[in-house]
Amino acid sequence: MKHTNFLRPLAVVLGLALGLPAQAGTYDITVDKVRIDTGTFKKNGIGYNGSQTPTILHFQEGEDVVIRVKNNLRESTSIHWHGLILPFQQDGVPGISFNGIKPGETFTYRFPIEQAGTYWFHSHSGFQEPDGAYGAIVIAPKGGEAVPTDRDYVVQFTDKHPHSGSRIFRNLKASADYYNRAQRTAQDLIEDAGAEGLKAALQDRKMWGAMRMMPTDIEDVQGFTPLINGASTQQNWTGIFKPGEKVRLRLINSSATTYFDVRVPGLKMTVVQADGNDVKPVVVDELRIAVAETYDVIVQPREAKAYSIIGESAGRTAMVRGTLAPSAGMVGPYYKMRPQPLLTMADMGGMMSGMDHSGMDMGGMDMSGMDHSGMDMSGFDMSGMDHSGHDMSGFDMSGMDHSGMDMGGMDMSAGMPVVPSEGAPGAAFYAPGSGLIPTAANGGKFLGYEDLTARKPLYRDRPATREIEIRLTGNMERYIWSIDGVKYEDADPIRLKYGERVRFKFVNETMMAHPMHLHGMWTIIDTGKGAYDPVKHTVSVAPGTTLYTETEVDAPGQWAFHCHLSYHMAGGMFRKVIVEGGPS
Amino acid sequence: MGAYSKETNHMKKLLLGTALGLPLALTFTSVAMAEVGVSPTVWGVRTDKLEYRMGDEENSFAWGFEAWTGNDELRLVWKSEGAKIEGGDFEEMDNQIRLQKPITDFFDGFIGVAASTPDGAPERYYGAFGVTGLAPQWFEVEAALYVSEYPYIGAEVEYEALLTNRLILTPSIEVSLPLADDPAREIAAGGGSVELGLRLSYDLIGRSVSPYVGVNYERAFGGTADILRDHGHEVDELTGVVGINFMF
Repeated sequence: MKHTNFLRPLAVVLGLALGLPAQAGTYDITVDKVRIDTGTFKKNGIGYNGSQTPTILHFQEGEDVVIRVKNNLRESTSIHWHGLILPFQQDGVPGISFNGIKPGETFTYRFPIEQAGTYWFHSHSGFQEPDGAYGAIVIAPKGGEAVPTDRDYVVQFTDKHPHSGSRIFRNLKASADYYNRAQRTAQDLIEDAGAEGLKAALQDRKMWGAMRMMPTDIEDVQGFTPLINGASTQQNWTGIFKPGEKVRLRLINSSATTYFDVRVPGLKMTVVQADGNDVKPVVVDELRIAVAETYDVIVQPREAKAYSIIGESAGRTAMVRGTLAPSAGMVGPYYKMRPQPLLTMADMGGMMSGMDHSGMDMGGMDMSGMDHSGMDMSGFDMSGMDHSGHDMSGFDMSGMDHSGMDMGGMDMSAGMPVVPSEGAPGAAFYAPGSGLIPTAANGGKFLGYEDLTARKPLYRDRPATREIEIRLTGNMERYIWSIDGVKYEDADPIRLKYGERVRFKFVNETMMAHPMHLHGMWTIIDTGKGAYDPVKHTVSVAPGTTLYTETEVDAPGQWAFHCHLSYHMAGGMFRKVIVEGGPS
Repeated sequence: MGAYSKETNHMKKLLLGTALGLPLALTFTSVAMAEVGVSPTVWGVRTDKLEYRMGDEENSFAWGFEAWTGNDELRLVWKSEGAKIEGGDFEEMDNQIRLQKPITDFFDGFIGVAASTPDGAPERYYGAFGVTGLAPQWFEVEAALYVSEYPYIGAEVEYEALLTNRLILTPSIEVSLPLADDPAREIAAGGGSVELGLRLSYDLIGRSVSPYVGVNYERAFGGTADILRDHGHEVDELTGVVGINFMF
């Protein structure tokens, strides 16, 4: 691998110098058992090319790549090229694209590189990805980058946990709140009672307790050490710059379950690419990167000092700092983590609408039309709800005592951080009044999907041929995850026809955000911009929201479609998509 | 007494073997790589009591644990509870093997077999039918009917109060209501017994190791209490407890 790394840029430079396209490159990857050291703990894990530092593959648009993957593990493995458009047999999902790579075996992937941008790759077998089997892909565009920069760094995040992926999954199945160490305690109750009155504080507990839900249930897995490019805060990954240089940071979130809020304090970030596709530059102070997403941002540090790249988990349970500095050995400042957010009833909206309240007057419970500003939930009167005879199949509320649950008079502001109201910047893709709506640390601009505009349309805009509803469903307490209430093992594949344009309606009926990833074909998020809607491979659907995407069905074969939170995927929030017809 | 004791021990070994063997066998046959997107079979072991009890007259060692294996649809559970007097007999020895299946979002129904095999008392075997799960406001509850010649109803409620995210106060109540006289075991129909606990634990290593201190109070009521009094036994017992819970 080492020699390939050195030769690649050389070959590309030679190729360009001679005016020839890079024809074909051969790359070798070994999948190895490695000892991972985060500075706070050591564990056995998996690494590519024998290292906990993620391997970066540099490709050239138009190149035909040959990638030889040698499995040095004692179990089967696979590599999925996340976001790459390729023949389905090369997509690397065991049981869907191929049979996996047996121990000791070398599998050779061959496919043409038809795109440019930042992507990543990871194992699609068992829990190997959370255990460390991930790397980055950087594809240089044919005509050079639309926005040239002086420096170019991959900034790949992960949430390295001392427990193995399989142990985490097992623990979550044993007890869904196993890793939740941010639960509300007696101390919080006393504080809230002091701030809002005992009655309000108790009523709030009573309401969540009645549903057996936790407002702190934002991150399934806590207790991890976040890493940037395989390095923890203390190991301090550092990118070098000269003052005034433009630096491109290729942000990739390879976490098992953690969303990161990323900022470079003191600098504006110009977002130029999302999920490998160029977007019209948008200047922000901070952005939230969902699991499996990528964003390319450009920063321009002008002072000869150390700047920090801060990745703070969305649930504010962990933070990582990397450094941008004029010379090695410098350390960017560390910042205090912001207070932990709490989910609100707005984030529960999807669960409510998922219930079949037949014969129930929904007029009083129209979440979308509600004014949540200031979090006055007085309009959310559940005491008037008639639950008699409703179908409990979707959501069992049998144990719920509604008679004692007067939410009409409840003041939801007790102990909750201030959240922006509807229409606030960055809030369009969250439920109005959601506790998850992020705000920039410096009070500035926070990126939202609504800010993303394709630089050039990838497809011509045309009406979708049909709409497919995808309900994201689950049972928090049992840690069961599904689509339309059905787990993968019990589900029929989703059948699409080659040449059609499908509109997906994602309805999130859980109280967690799900980064949904369709393999093989692009996911165009409907942000109301027509042909200029952003084109992505992964789209985060916030709790209590409905989001629309469209996909041009232009890749025959069979593909995976799933939530990219490792433990949700393993639990069954997964579908096989079969594209019928088309060239074979 | 000797022969009786030997037989008991044999039964215990058999029961332990079965209980231990089944989950282990199921676990290791399913360790093979799960298909992508398909929930692998999982397992767990968790104690809710593993303690030394200090009483007025005697000290004892008590345990309560659950070992399980299965998937979202079905779990095989071995539940064990007991107490051994220090330097003496197994005062209590209850083991159950049950199949547990979700019946609502928060509750499982279960059927199984239960054996009560303490020293110095006749063995009792039951068919067990019950529900277990999470009630509103976070109460862990379990209720079951134990069917045999000497049927009884057993119920447990437990609540974990988070003083901090690691310091946890757990009040618990366990009730047993006999439905038939069982004079050989000093039990009268309707004469229930209640066990109250209050344990303060600290999660030392993740949730895997949690030492605790607390108190445990047991009391018999009604006809059962009368029998105990007649035999010159105490009807209640208060003990201080120290222990460590494990979850893995």
